[in-house]
Amino acid sequence: MNRQGMLILAVLGVGAVIGAPFAIPAFITQLSFLWLMVLFALTWDIMGGQMGYNSFGNIFFFGIGAYVCAVIQRDAGLDWHVAFFIGMAAAAALGVIAAAILGSGMLGLRGQYFAIATLGLGIAGGEIASGWDYIGAGSGLVPPLYPGALGAREMFFYFLFLVLAIICFFTLRRLYSGRFGLAINAIRDDEDKAESMGLHTTRYKTIAWCVSAFFLAMAGAGAGNMIGFIDPRDVAFAGLTFGVWMVLMAILGGKGTLWGPVLGAAIFHITQELFWTYLLGWQRVALGLLIVVIVVFFPTGILGWVREHYPEKFGQAVDAEAQGAAMGEKAEP
Amino acid sequence: MSALLEVEGVSKVFGGVIANADITLAVPEGAIVGLIGPNGSGKTTLFSSIVGQHAIDGGSIRYEGSEISRLRVAEIARLGLLRTFQQTRIYGGMDCLKNMLISISHRREGLIDMLSRHSAEQVDEADRHLEFVGLYEKRFLLAGDLSFGQQKLLEFAMALMNGPKLLMLDEPTAGINPTLINGLIDRLKRVNEEIGITLFVIEHNMRVIMDLAQHIYCLAHGELLADGTPDEIRGDNRVIDAYLGAH
Amino acid sequence: MDNVLILFNQPVIFLQVVVDGILFGSILALVAYGMALVWGVMKVINIAQGEFVMLGGYVALKFADAGLSPLWAVPAATVILFCVGWILYWLVVHWVVDKDIFISLLATFGLSIFLQQIVNQIFSADVRTAESGLVSRSFLDDRLVVAEIKVLAFVLAAIVGGILWVFLVRSRLGQAIRATAQNSRAARLMGIDTNHVYAMTFGLNAAICGGAGALVAMTWVIHPYLGLSYLVRSFMIVVVAGLGNLPGVIVAGLGLGAAENFAGFVFGAEYQAAFIFSLLVVILVWRNWRLGRQRRYLK
Ligand SMILES: Nc1ncnc2c1ncn2[C@@H]1O[C@H](COP(=O)(O)OP(=O)(O)OP(=O)(O)O)[C@@H](O)[C@H]1O
Ligand SMILES: [Mg+2]
Repeated sequence: MNRQGMLILAVLGVGAVIGAPFAIPAFITQLSFLWLMVLFALTWDIMGGQMGYNSFGNIFFFGIGAYVCAVIQRDAGLDWHVAFFIGMAAAAALGVIAAAILGSGMLGLRGQYFAIATLGLGIAGGEIASGWDYIGAGSGLVPPLYPGALGAREMFFYFLFLVLAIICFFTLRRLYSGRFGLAINAIRDDEDKAESMGLHTTRYKTIAWCVSAFFLAMAGAGAGNMIGFIDPRDVAFAGLTFGVWMVLMAILGGKGTLWGPVLGAAIFHITQELFWTYLLGWQRVALGLLIVVIVVFFPTGILGWVREHYPEKFGQAVDAEAQGAAMGEKAEP
Repeated sequence: MSALLEVEGVSKVFGGVIANADITLAVPEGAIVGLIGPNGSGKTTLFSSIVGQHAIDGGSIRYEGSEISRLRVAEIARLGLLRTFQQTRIYGGMDCLKNMLISISHRREGLIDMLSRHSAEQVDEADRHLEFVGLYEKRFLLAGDLSFGQQKLLEFAMALMNGPKLLMLDEPTAGINPTLINGLIDRLKRVNEEIGITLFVIEHNMRVIMDLAQHIYCLAHGELLADGTPDEIRGDNRVIDAYLGAH
Repeated sequence: MDNVLILFNQPVIFLQVVVDGILFGSILALVAYGMALVWGVMKVINIAQGEFVMLGGYVALKFADAGLSPLWAVPAATVILFCVGWILYWLVVHWVVDKDIFISLLATFGLSIFLQQIVNQIFSADVRTAESGLVSRSFLDDRLVVAEIKVLAFVLAAIVGGILWVFLVRSRLGQAIRATAQNSRAARLMGIDTNHVYAMTFGLNAAICGGAGALVAMTWVIHPYLGLSYLVRSFMIVVVAGLGNLPGVIVAGLGLGAAENFAGFVFGAEYQAAFIFSLLVVILVWRNWRLGRQRRYLK
């Protein structure tokens, strides 16, 4: 694809995501959830795809974010917007701190041990939250209602998640093209060699988890408000829905790539909205089955499959891009 | 004056196999020191002990005068003590340039550095090292697609990129085309003289090691058999017997 | 912390907690042994381990519902789960067994969700128990109460474990399994059909989990989301004991059972789950730190 084509595509894309809520206002909530799903998949892929560390407990940071923000909104007594954004910042900060503390201990472990260690994380979060009266215990929390006119609330959350997802995407793109991306790829490919070159592996791994937690906690802060009710087990620490979806979406699209998780999230969310309800409660069964099928038969995901089968169209472009990125920083060779 | 690396009475046992028994040797700063011995005599094991790949069962290892036998691999690497592997270890799924960039020194690395991109100087330096080992043309090729000999050269370049003070090479000429070996010897000498990297080299090729090293240690059955200048080693009957006995 | 004082002032209560814990621990040891078997032989960490336990429990439940003595459920669950494990091997695990451990981790993770949700769909999420019809016996002037079913569970767990051990040591297949665990490439060269060995190993593991699950359903409770806690417990036991260390697995299993019971008594039963998960993290980090001092890490 040439430069001009890319530009036109980009303009069309920007137009579509901005215009969508106006064009199809009936679907605005589903569209907001789409961006949330993109955030889920992108943040999971930092560890699971780029670094080769499957985390089954990332939902933990989402839950922390939802609660921290809601508690601040409840107790601060400020204007809704001010309280919300302060809450969101606090959520991000606490998410990062939690990831740093947990990570500095758990990320000294190698991948398979880390994976199992994270399994209980979301559940432990849910248990604690549903036993803690200060945050509403089992009956959950209801964040203060958005003050704007009818319809404005939906618009607000749509654009909130859109902006978050875009910031996340470009932050990761930037990080992946630099030292961080190279280091976590090296950890995935051969951690022992990385150590023997003096890499601060645990530090890099912890940073990766902190980046995940940063965006997930903010997403949690927003989602708690958008959903309007924070249930400890079914919204905040929803391991069986959101927690599993993250994994599925990233591997469906193609883990270890930038666009894969985005693609996976979009496809998963759209099919879910279209067909899921016809499964009459068997969705979650299908979910498990889908993970098995993808992992076993399409381990590289959609993007990986496309690249394998049409290398001249997609494989090449990526290499050229990588070359460009490497050369970009350099004066004319 | 104490040497850059001092190994004193180091032992290592694998299950029942005594891989290293009471090894004592020293690598002075700025020197090129050789390590030879028949297959299975414990050379690679000694390297692994020095860089912290496994715990040693006895003895002490000092680097720049301080004990390193309890430090971990990455900590030792950040002190500027690096090794290459006999079975080369490179990132086959990345191109050569990326392999080089991952190998930058991680000695002083703050959070900002970790999240930033590689500087233009680092890319230049990577290119220079690739040029130095003759892989510049291949820099955007997947390292896994290189031949074994080229992978060896790449690993050598990666080690240089890291800016070590002491570089331990495990059979650098294995798999290298004989016509290119002289070039490699030349490069090793230049690295030693121009950049000032101390070299500690395991080598099976006698011609190479005699040419390269100023001092040679010979291991056999995990024990230090002999040491001396190339000429002394060449004339040492014990060394000759060890090699003949091994075949 | 009153509860701690009670433990010290009332040795009988202390004894009660220990006895209950050890009886439960025997089941944990059994499940952990199965996990170690699969891990050692196939190099697969089976995330669906707990779901096999859960499935075994529902077999017992079906027996009880049908009016049959659930005691027969133990052999039945063993046989049924063996088939389930064998089929799942050929359908799923077979494709990932020689790949990277992370692939099999994800595949068995999907499997665990699948099994858990299928049971949830069929039996609902209710917490249930299979009535065994056995009573409790009292000792020490009625102050120490031991449920017969728990003792029976302990004995049966020991028998199943014993049969497995004899099988592994004596039978041809057992020897093939152990040879494959040592070195699968060499085993293949010696003419061992490793796929057959893997399928049998995975089936055997599912079978002992199934038996354990039937005992769990009769002695304690069962529900579709039970699996994860058994996975975590058995993983913990294997990490502490190491692969291929049967005595270690038994000791660690009984110890974990007792420790958990103490925690439940001291902190309250509602924190038992939180205790298990935190203990897992603590044990992993501690083990890794200890190994790190010898320049090694958990692998
Ligand atoms: N990880 C290990 N586990 C068990 N034994 C080992 C291990 N590494 C090495 N050994 C044994 O230690 C002895 C020394 O091996 P080492 O690799 O150090 O020899 P080497 O001198 O490098 O031989 P070569 O010239 O063939 O590379 C050998 O007998 C080998 O079998
Ligand atoms: Mg060697």
